[in-house]
Amino acid sequence: MSLIDPVFDRADSRAGEAVLRVTDLTVSFPSEQGRVQAVRQLSYQVDAGEVLGIVGESGSGKSVSSMAVMGLLPPQAKVSGSVRFRDTELLGKPDSELSRIRGRNVAMIFQDPLSALTPVYTVGDQVSEALLAHGKGRLTKQAAARRAIELLDLVGIPNATSRFKAFPHEFSGGMRQRVVIAMAIANDPDLIIADEPTTALDVTVQAQVLEVLRTAQEVTGAGIVMITHDLGVVAGFADRVMVMYAGRAVETGAVDEIFTRPRMPYTLGLLGSIPRVDATGRQALVPIEGQPPSLAGLAPGCPFAPRCPLVVPVCEEVEPDLEEVRGLVGHRAACHRSEELGDPDPAGVFGVPEPTVRSTAAPRGRRPAVLTVDGLAKRYDIIKGAVLRRRVGSVHAVDGISFEIREGEILGLVGESGCGKTSALLEILSFTTPSRGRVEVLGRNVATLDRTTRKRLRRDVQVVFQDPIASLDPRMPIADILAEPLSTHRVPKEEIRRRVPELLRLVGLRPEHASRYPAEFSGGQRQRIGIARALALEPKLLVLDEPVSALDVSIRAGVINLLDDLRARLGLAYLFVAHDLSVVRHIADRVAVMYLGKIVEVGDVDDVFGAPQHPYTQALLSAIPIPDPVKERARERILLTGDLPSPADPPSGCRFRSRCFRYAALSESERDLCEQQEPPRERHGNSSDGHEAACHYAQVHTVL
Amino acid sequence: MSIFATSSSTRDPATAAPGVSGAPEPEEQTTRTRLVVRRFLRNWQAVFGLCAIVALFALAYLGPLVSPWGYAESDYTAFLQPPSADHWFGTTQIGNDVFAQTMRGLQKSLVIGLLVGVISTGLASVVGAAAGYFGGWTDRILMWFTDLLLVLPAFLIIAILSPSFRGKTWLVFVALLAAFTWMITARIVRGMTLTLKEREFVTAARFMGVPAWRIIARHILPNMASLLIIDATIAVGGAILAETGLSYFGFGVQPPDVSLGTLIASGTDSAITFPWLFLFAAGFLIVAVLSVNLVGDGLRDALDATSGRASKADEDDPAPGPVGVAA
Repeated sequence: MSLIDPVFDRADSRAGEAVLRVTDLTVSFPSEQGRVQAVRQLSYQVDAGEVLGIVGESGSGKSVSSMAVMGLLPPQAKVSGSVRFRDTELLGKPDSELSRIRGRNVAMIFQDPLSALTPVYTVGDQVSEALLAHGKGRLTKQAAARRAIELLDLVGIPNATSRFKAFPHEFSGGMRQRVVIAMAIANDPDLIIADEPTTALDVTVQAQVLEVLRTAQEVTGAGIVMITHDLGVVAGFADRVMVMYAGRAVETGAVDEIFTRPRMPYTLGLLGSIPRVDATGRQALVPIEGQPPSLAGLAPGCPFAPRCPLVVPVCEEVEPDLEEVRGLVGHRAACHRSEELGDPDPAGVFGVPEPTVRSTAAPRGRRPAVLTVDGLAKRYDIIKGAVLRRRVGSVHAVDGISFEIREGEILGLVGESGCGKTSALLEILSFTTPSRGRVEVLGRNVATLDRTTRKRLRRDVQVVFQDPIASLDPRMPIADILAEPLSTHRVPKEEIRRRVPELLRLVGLRPEHASRYPAEFSGGQRQRIGIARALALEPKLLVLDEPVSALDVSIRAGVINLLDDLRARLGLAYLFVAHDLSVVRHIADRVAVMYLGKIVEVGDVDDVFGAPQHPYTQALLSAIPIPDPVKERARERILLTGDLPSPADPPSGCRFRSRCFRYAALSESERDLCEQQEPPRERHGNSSDGHEAACHYAQVHTVL
Repeated sequence: MSIFATSSSTRDPATAAPGVSGAPEPEEQTTRTRLVVRRFLRNWQAVFGLCAIVALFALAYLGPLVSPWGYAESDYTAFLQPPSADHWFGTTQIGNDVFAQTMRGLQKSLVIGLLVGVISTGLASVVGAAAGYFGGWTDRILMWFTDLLLVLPAFLIIAILSPSFRGKTWLVFVALLAAFTWMITARIVRGMTLTLKEREFVTAARFMGVPAWRIIARHILPNMASLLIIDATIAVGGAILAETGLSYFGFGVQPPDVSLGTLIASGTDSAITFPWLFLFAAGFLIVAVLSVNLVGDGLRDALDATSGRASKADEDDPAPGPVGVAA
């Protein structure tokens, strides 16, 4: 630690001064539709030691504004206004001078750590490069290497000395992001801009990386600009929040103020539309109608007016300025009616659709099973050699999972990347005999199917995919896309012609748009089209692979409500695969948690979320950010150590033991059981029927 | 009945927006084809090439209708005459009108080029897509066959086979040329099929129960259309040149039929002394292949830009996205 102190300035000596002052920043791009105003008269300020969270959806201009501050925009962009870093004006400076400031005084952390690191250089070389680029003869290569090892240690990379020589592809996503953070703090910057640094990471890894960012801030005393669309992350991490919409700031203030008393309808709507992992009871989410405006040729007046429930005529004529709300210091909102926003309940202001009553005809035990999976395993062989190919090992992506879905029930299958949930999904959907185990769809074992029966069974099980752009053929009009499942199963043409408009209306789209192409719709609408296509054949089971994770936050609520409504009306069963537990909490009846190819806990949603038994579930739940600053800061965080083990070589006995905090607290003799015997999935203590966990030392520990 | 009927009724009806059901209303339908055409027309070289091709076709087919001489007619009063009002391009040693012959040759070359381009691209897409989609043994056998044809020397084989179709129609020649041009495109198509096969809309179609051939024809090949169009265009140029080369050596189009190659062959010896015997055929050949290549280049720029990669010099056209989703 001795080498660190002299290089990093004393953190408290700089607190309170403005590090970055942005005034009237305007950025525009040329495009086919005319000039696009990506950022319009944006002004904000960041002090040393403070974290400013910039929240917005796609098209709000948050990333563009930060790229403008760093001078990283393409030459076509026209940038005007003022960006003052301490006393230097950054706009208009030539690239050579900006290069001296970038990386030394202002650092940036990007979203995708894999593309932020050069694949052909070792990690140690890249961190040293960050030091040497600004060292200018002061640092020798060996000194830079030593410093780089210290930095890698500081950000929590185990065995920093040996990992120094590793390549980026040998690290996991979370580790790579730590390396990027190490590069960012290498020269003790005064300002760190983090552009969605944890969006591409799993929830538990996100918690770890946010911890590292906190350490980085303490050590350097820098101001941090944290750009994200996740309000939960902002609630836990930021001191001040700026909400952006259509290229300008629409609300700024202290984080507690903004979350408890938002004064701009958009912020209120955002807060009401996100599902919360600690929410009990069944209310529909509050959707914000419409979608963000196109920034080419904005209409006069407030850009949120078309979607705002409080709109009055003046809103459509005059765009409101960002002004202090009367009576509140430091809290500014751009709304003509900000003072009247007394009722902070989003449902009251926006109106929430009545939750459709679920017609639960019979209790679970008496409803027929739609999907039964028993001991399913999927094995991928690792093959070596080009000419004489031989199997050197196998990866059990799915290693014996069992669950059951009854009619009208939603099962959420959750887990992080690498747990095998997508492999399980594809294996179930392929309707072929699995490597091991048994899959029964609507009571029929898929191993016994012939081709015609298989095709007929496909009518009853349909899929909705994650990426709305990739799941629709871009070259077919919507009408053809919806007609395809029908024509494949020999539905007569008049019937198809009648059914297509009906399907569009079912998902809330206008039938007149049937001749348009997918590219002309927004992400949320495309996902609705995907859902309509899945419903075309009136299936009994709908398999959804992360259907809302690729959508904007304000659009998600609408699609989630739609799924809820369709389930109630059509009596569908869903297999809902997700990594976002808040969505699962909101919509699912039962939940199964997967880790490294096995189900570690399963049960009713309220049981598993309210009283989790398995340590992995507890860690997962504690890592999910809740959009409530007070609660978020007071929460206990269970951080998992280390990385996900390789699925080709999982730990013996219980697979979770290498990262388990409970295992770490056990005595030697107790640990033997975890090392030798794989825990069976069973009920523990007085948990309710159907709530099972696979742990030798299962214990309830409420984390929400 | 949509659930959004309930939600909009809780709001002020005067301000009830169409909500999520309102897809963006663009002023004009920005379909992909329209965008591609617009970008193509902005590129003056491509437009020039297109006009030149149209002009060549017009000249080749309408020219002989206007000219007083047929291509096999001999004018005994004018041997080896330079271009004049009577014989626009001059005459050959035996009195044939060079204009009529050149036009006839141009017809043949253009048609052969076009047919070979289309057939070879069609064959390549079928073989490549089948190999890529089915994988396994189908892939191995088809690719082995492709590699075999790549290795065989096309020129020699056609040269060896040409005496056996002397006297038969020139379509056999087209078939042979096409058979030796499709291989590289097939490999590229196979690669793109492997990528497209993993795309979710193909997986969706598979899980819907759509049979394999329909998936290939309806989903995979149309999404490669830009590649196939460009390849076909460039293959036309290559085919014209290949045909010319073979005919020059006497292996392609056989007399009494003429093509640009045979004309160039017969005119080479007198290129310096009686240039009109050689220059016109050679000139038209160059113009034809150049225009086809310009069009191919223009198409590639027009199609590629809409698929997302805007060129740096193209200030006016970054990749357009859907209306409503900004930068």
